[in-house]
Amino acid sequence: MLKFVQQSLETIAGVAVYPIISLLICFTFFVGLFFWVFTYNKDKIKELSELPIKD
Amino acid sequence: MEMQQFYYDNKIVKKFLYASIVFGVVGMLVGLILAVLFLFPTLTHGVSFLSFGRLRPLHTNAVIFAFVGNAMFAGIYYSLQRLLKARLFSDFLSNLHFWGWQLIIVAAAISLPLGYTSSKEYAELEWPIDIAIALIWVVFGINMIGTILKRRERHLYVAIWFYIATFVTVAVLHIFNSLELPVSAMKSYSVYAGVQDALVQWWYGHNAVAFFLTTPFLGLMYYFVPKAANRPVYSYRLSIIHFWSLIFLYIWAGPHHLLYSSLPDWAQNLGVVFSVMLIAPSWGGMINGLLTLRGVWDKVREEPVLKFFVVAITGYGMATFEGPMLSLKNVNAIAHFTDWIIAHVHVGALAWNGFMCFGIIYWVIPRMTKTELFSKKLANFHFWIGTLGIIIYALPMYVAGFTQASMWKQFKPDGTLQYGNFLETVTQIMPMYWLRAVGGTLYLIGTLVLVYNIIKTVQQGSAVEDELAEAPALQKITAGRLKGEKWHGWLERRPIQLTLLATVAILIGGIIQIVPTIMVKSNIPTIASVKPYTPLELQGRDLYIREGCVGCHSQMIRPFRSEVARYGDYSKAGEYVYDHPFLWGSKRTGPDLHREGGKNSDTWHFNHMWDPRSTSSGSIMPAYTWLYDNTPMDYSLTETKMKAMKSLGVPYTDADIANAQQSIQTQAAAIEKNLETNPDFVKSYEDSKQKAAAKGEKFVPMKDREIVAMIAYLQRLGTDIKVKK
Repeated sequence: MLKFVQQSLETIAGVAVYPIISLLICFTFFVGLFFWVFTYNKDKIKELSELPIKD
Repeated sequence: MEMQQFYYDNKIVKKFLYASIVFGVVGMLVGLILAVLFLFPTLTHGVSFLSFGRLRPLHTNAVIFAFVGNAMFAGIYYSLQRLLKARLFSDFLSNLHFWGWQLIIVAAAISLPLGYTSSKEYAELEWPIDIAIALIWVVFGINMIGTILKRRERHLYVAIWFYIATFVTVAVLHIFNSLELPVSAMKSYSVYAGVQDALVQWWYGHNAVAFFLTTPFLGLMYYFVPKAANRPVYSYRLSIIHFWSLIFLYIWAGPHHLLYSSLPDWAQNLGVVFSVMLIAPSWGGMINGLLTLRGVWDKVREEPVLKFFVVAITGYGMATFEGPMLSLKNVNAIAHFTDWIIAHVHVGALAWNGFMCFGIIYWVIPRMTKTELFSKKLANFHFWIGTLGIIIYALPMYVAGFTQASMWKQFKPDGTLQYGNFLETVTQIMPMYWLRAVGGTLYLIGTLVLVYNIIKTVQQGSAVEDELAEAPALQKITAGRLKGEKWHGWLERRPIQLTLLATVAILIGGIIQIVPTIMVKSNIPTIASVKPYTPLELQGRDLYIREGCVGCHSQMIRPFRSEVARYGDYSKAGEYVYDHPFLWGSKRTGPDLHREGGKNSDTWHFNHMWDPRSTSSGSIMPAYTWLYDNTPMDYSLTETKMKAMKSLGVPYTDADIANAQQSIQTQAAAIEKNLETNPDFVKSYEDSKQKAAAKGEKFVPMKDREIVAMIAYLQRLGTDIKVKK
């Protein structure tokens, strides 16, 4: 049905690498985020979360 | 440690809050007028600047950029100073920001009703105002980052991250979506055409919702909810995840506004996948906000501010659940172009943004005037009538949306459309439009109660314009990591690095979508029979843009049996290659017009635009009588416009441009000749000639009036690839 638009990507050379790059970016992003958050120590987190209350 | 004394600037916060309240009332009032125009389409009959198509962008812009925008700046400037223990960077910049922003709003309030519009949703303002927005936005950014740099609190609280992301992303979105070629002081053409324009516009449109209406308010939520509840946010870890994953994912989801359109499939699917993923950070944020109130739910019973926050966050949760649902192709097939979308955005605007604004206003004003709120009772009344207003607004719109979609798609056993006349699907939902107007009225009444309550509060209090505060100076430490300091601890005290990282996070999704868009440019299958508009059609198209027809009529026939049966062959990407800007629309209050050309006679259009109800009984379209005024259409810019189009890639030849006026005359004369086949036209034409003579006015032949250009454009629509019978 969408014969007029379906080829738009297929005609880009080497387009197969596109989804792989996208997946890698996303995967790395969330793994990084995981480490960001879970390597915090508890006291620091508590101190930070109290910033608005203290002002 | 040496304590430093300094003053918080409350004055600028107050100014922004007052502006928000004033423009909130105006924006909602315009919204209510629009709702009433659905019921009484002739209410502003003959007044061009009060017609539906011109007021609609005024309503959306006033609510988004004036009401919510001003409240956002107030909230940011209030919380930023206190979270950083510093006065704002520069009083001059604060005031420049304030007055510049209000000037932009006034410019919008004047130019939009006069018909100066780019027609791109939430980006309607014309190019000089676009430039002003960019400049003032930069002023805001400098003021914010300057404040961050002179802070007395080493660590940047998560709310500030949201503010930074807001600044960076809105700047990027605004600049790229507003790239346009000026043809006169108040008219420009988008540099993108058709599919590209649509993709860039909805990359902008979607993320304007994300980074103007969402991220700054999440930042405000992370400050004001803990403040009002007097306890820290439920999980600071969750707020970090919330921030990064939200800004990273949001930017990809724009194409879900273009499902089943002529946008390439891969881009549509990319939009769907990321929209579905978005539910995780959105709900993470909602849960984080609501659970901040754990253990103090009893306070919610007594404190109207918390009530507003709870409903706001709940509204955020509902809207962000609905968003991913709507982005599923099968759901979108039903909801798109219907009133369901109107319900969806109003849950976001009325509940999330509106109630956050109200909560912040009720919380901040008494603190800045050293008094109690004048009346908690009235605030509670506002809360209840507002909530009721939201429900009575949203529910009927959901019903209307489903009804429309079901009726549009219903077939008879013989295979023809059950409701072949589009108007049947309009008259069916009129009761819902009535209820919507009632809901809107209730919400507006609530806002007026707030106005009264705030005036009384300010009167009984005494303004604290510069609030004394104390904090130790920030000790200079190394720019590098301290011994034992974790890398994120380091990053979170380095504003510039943090800003850069946030920029990278939002650019990834943007680039991945925009780069192929540019590649697609050479990949849009061109259709040999698609030709540029004639000069008359081009001018007619600009009238179509001026009158805001795109607010109610789409030009995008989706590849569904029901739509092909109703409107004609589905729309192809290649048909739009000369459309600067694209006019696909996002709502069908009236039928799609992409195959309108040749469906009705010139005479039909002539009568229909003069009085829609004369040709279409029960129509709620406004009449466009000013297009028939005894004044000549201004064709003086035709050549300039064609040259601009040519430089954007539309293949006009030099001969085309040189012969533009001649071509206009010929085509317009042919339309007038068609009109003269109608005896009624001939009679009233003679009458008006005599009238003009009696008044001593110069009579302008019909072919030189605006309506003829409009008819020329409408008759051209979608005819390029029509099979000639």
